[in-house]
Amino acid sequence: MPRNTPLEQRRHPPWNGQLTWFSGGLLAVAQAPPDNLSMFDPVSPPAESILNLTYLLLGITGAIFLVVEGMLVWCIYRYRQKPGTETEPPQNYGSKPVELAWTVTPALIVFVLFLIVFRTIADTRRDPHQAPPPGSKPLHVTVIGHQWWWEYVYEKYDGTEIRSEDVKDGKPVSQRYMKTANELHVPASADGTPRPVYLHLQSVDVIHSFWVPRLAGKTDVIPNRINHMWFQSAIPGLYLGQCAEYCGTQHAGMLLRVYVDPVDEFETWLANERKPAVEDPAAAAGKKVLESEACMNCHTVRGTAAQGGFGPDLTHLMSRETIASGLEPNNKEMLRVWVKDPQQIKPGCRMPAMNLTDAEIDQVVAYLLTLK
Amino acid sequence: MAIAEQEPQVERRPWNDILHDWVTTVDHKKLGIMYILMALFFLIVAGIEIILVRCQLFVPRAQFIGPDMFNQLFTMHGTTMVFFMGMPILIGIGNYIVPLMIGARDMAFPRLNAFGFWVTLFGGLVMYFSFLAGGAPDIGWFGYAPLTSAAFSRGTSTDYWIVGLLVSGTGTIAAGVNFIATILTMRAPGMTFRKMPLFVWMMFFDAFLILLAIPPLTAALIMLLFDRQLGAHFFNTQAGGDALLWQHMFWFFGHPEVYILVLPAFGMISEIIPVFARKVIFGYESVAAATVAIAFISLGVWAHHMFTVGMSKTLDYIFAGATFLIAVPTGIKVFNWVATLYGGRLRLHTPMLFALGFLGMFLIGGLTGIMLATVPFDWQVSDTYFVVGHFHFVLFGGTLFAVMAGFFYWFPKVTGRMLSEKLGKWQFWFLFVGFNLTFLPMHMSGMLGMPRRIAYYMPDRGFEIWNQLSTIGAFVQVIGFLIFIWNLVASLRKEPDAGDDPWDAWTLEWATTSPPPSYNFAVVPEVRSRRPLWDLKHPEDPDWKYE
Repeated sequence: MPRNTPLEQRRHPPWNGQLTWFSGGLLAVAQAPPDNLSMFDPVSPPAESILNLTYLLLGITGAIFLVVEGMLVWCIYRYRQKPGTETEPPQNYGSKPVELAWTVTPALIVFVLFLIVFRTIADTRRDPHQAPPPGSKPLHVTVIGHQWWWEYVYEKYDGTEIRSEDVKDGKPVSQRYMKTANELHVPASADGTPRPVYLHLQSVDVIHSFWVPRLAGKTDVIPNRINHMWFQSAIPGLYLGQCAEYCGTQHAGMLLRVYVDPVDEFETWLANERKPAVEDPAAAAGKKVLESEACMNCHTVRGTAAQGGFGPDLTHLMSRETIASGLEPNNKEMLRVWVKDPQQIKPGCRMPAMNLTDAEIDQVVAYLLTLK
Repeated sequence: MAIAEQEPQVERRPWNDILHDWVTTVDHKKLGIMYILMALFFLIVAGIEIILVRCQLFVPRAQFIGPDMFNQLFTMHGTTMVFFMGMPILIGIGNYIVPLMIGARDMAFPRLNAFGFWVTLFGGLVMYFSFLAGGAPDIGWFGYAPLTSAAFSRGTSTDYWIVGLLVSGTGTIAAGVNFIATILTMRAPGMTFRKMPLFVWMMFFDAFLILLAIPPLTAALIMLLFDRQLGAHFFNTQAGGDALLWQHMFWFFGHPEVYILVLPAFGMISEIIPVFARKVIFGYESVAAATVAIAFISLGVWAHHMFTVGMSKTLDYIFAGATFLIAVPTGIKVFNWVATLYGGRLRLHTPMLFALGFLGMFLIGGLTGIMLATVPFDWQVSDTYFVVGHFHFVLFGGTLFAVMAGFFYWFPKVTGRMLSEKLGKWQFWFLFVGFNLTFLPMHMSGMLGMPRRIAYYMPDRGFEIWNQLSTIGAFVQVIGFLIFIWNLVASLRKEPDAGDDPWDAWTLEWATTSPPPSYNFAVVPEVRSRRPLWDLKHPEDPDWKYE
């Protein structure tokens, strides 16, 4: 699957141009990076309404900052001790009206802020169980946080349940859900058809947090609890993020990749993902290693004996651009390093080195490369 | 104008005699000094820890230290700075100054005071012993369940963390009780609550916050210890426990804790600014009332640390509203301090520089605090470097700058020697520039998408420049701290030169000798106003005429 190009398609909110002092000055460096995670470049309604609020907040707090720091600096300059003045200045014990004024004014400011918060929360949050807006085609995905990778279970698209197309003993069977890992593909909204994405967040171990800043604010992924969030984007592209709640050794290596695909691309991808793993006789040796070693205890390759659930589903591994939850590109060389000893790439990760011989490693990698 | 008598010069005693004296002492002044020395020791330790962290973050995907060590370092930095540096140094300064300020001869319970100090110190030592016992805690200073459960935190590091905090927490509670009893019962004749110095006011409410906040933490720690050692299931999610229960209990402690760390700083600022502006504090009553309001409201805002856990909208509204509310009394204080400057005659000595630095920096921390209380904005920047920047502006730009102001202000009283003004000013500017260089860029890296507590960051995300600025800033601060240590050592080696009242100040501690005799005051002074020494120095126009 070709990597999408989000940079050219980045959209600026309309008021960004007016705030040149901010976007042109402070954010000059910020707009350069090839991999953009900035909350100042939203592509989805929740992130957009948060950015609106952010500009308002920066305006209000910036004004207070200028006024108070200005008073402070002016007082220091104006009333600094000058040589030759040793007499005590007049003592002023306070003034009730003045103090009342600077009690009421901040109270009014925060009251206004409170009302704005009230409204923005109502705008941003959406109940996933409510009927979707008419004409929309929602996608429901269950996100499962693991130490230190993401599992995605595709549940429902446009009102229909997503089922895998597996084959068992020569007969077609279909499983309830289709799983993939670490790279989330969602359809772009287009042609007046909103395609909101509803994520249902769960964790199997510790607390994680799902955060792709350009799509939405973060929502924690908590064991024994299901949290919900949503986003929707009309701009195809790759949107990056990473786990935002400290979750142990490789918290830093728990990266997020969300691909917003044009509808036809997404539907092609989904159809391919639903199929069982490719059977390639040329790679049979590698499949045998995978099925006879401990690999199968943790990984699933649908259509084979490997049905483990602790590690990422590998059925369509080669449809992903990265391995190790986004740390390294998914190619033959990196797969080889990874299979030989994952601790080299991601120290502390849950997958041990399997002590395979070089020949076995080659066979396994050759097999993995067929899992398109 | 010393009210106390000069203590007779004593012969030099053998070192073991002196050591015995310090270890067995129940004198509030010696205990205060020991609290401060302990805090300075842990300041250096936690500083070294975070310098290593900053080195790691200088370049993307660095392998200077591994993720396991990195996680231990930031955990110990946070835990140490809060429990073994922040609280001890404030309690230490309070211990030394409060009895002197209220004209008492000691704290109400001197032996409890000694117990509190030693237990706090041993808590720190127990926690640091974990380094020798197989690795330091790596769960973050907030220790979120279920990362702390036996399944996800193998070994003993988390147990050392629990026991260390339990033990030192006991000492903190002892100190809190002692402050309340001392301030309630041992004030000099005439010093009603309305005539108490503001530092004493703030220590008084600080002590109440300690009594209300530390016990919930103690309870949570014991529950966690039961989970880990006795197979209980309070927070063990794999057996049906509740991860959010820990967060509620921890932050019910954790948010008032922020105010435990900042109220004494407010108190010191409220003493130092008037003395160096040569003006009485503007609106004494409202500064004191704002303290009460802050202490009270701070008990009802804890879940603003939890806006991203998926609480109901109603709870989001309540905690956002309560957090906004706390901005009002905090604003009152800032305005009152600035109004005290207005029309004054500002002597820009080192204590005043740090106090003014506090005003400028704390304001930024307060404003970003208002931003963070705005729930949807918090959904973006919570758990990012924006938050790290925010609370360092409160606790470093706020508390530590105020502590430095207090240090330079009261050092002559404690030692009889002045700290060098020249070195002090150099230290201030290095710290001020280094501080801003370190923590302002963190707001940017946070808003650009960099989470906290990551052992490395990916290249090409625009994080590099901001992290490099932060690391450079950290080293600039190191120079500031080295100058401070040099200044301390150099001052202690010279002859006493301070006199009893070098700043021409107004509260009672300046009425006795420097350093004060063990009994503080030979004659307990009579108090008629908030500034008893002003009355003494200006008999023609005393304060009590206006209060």
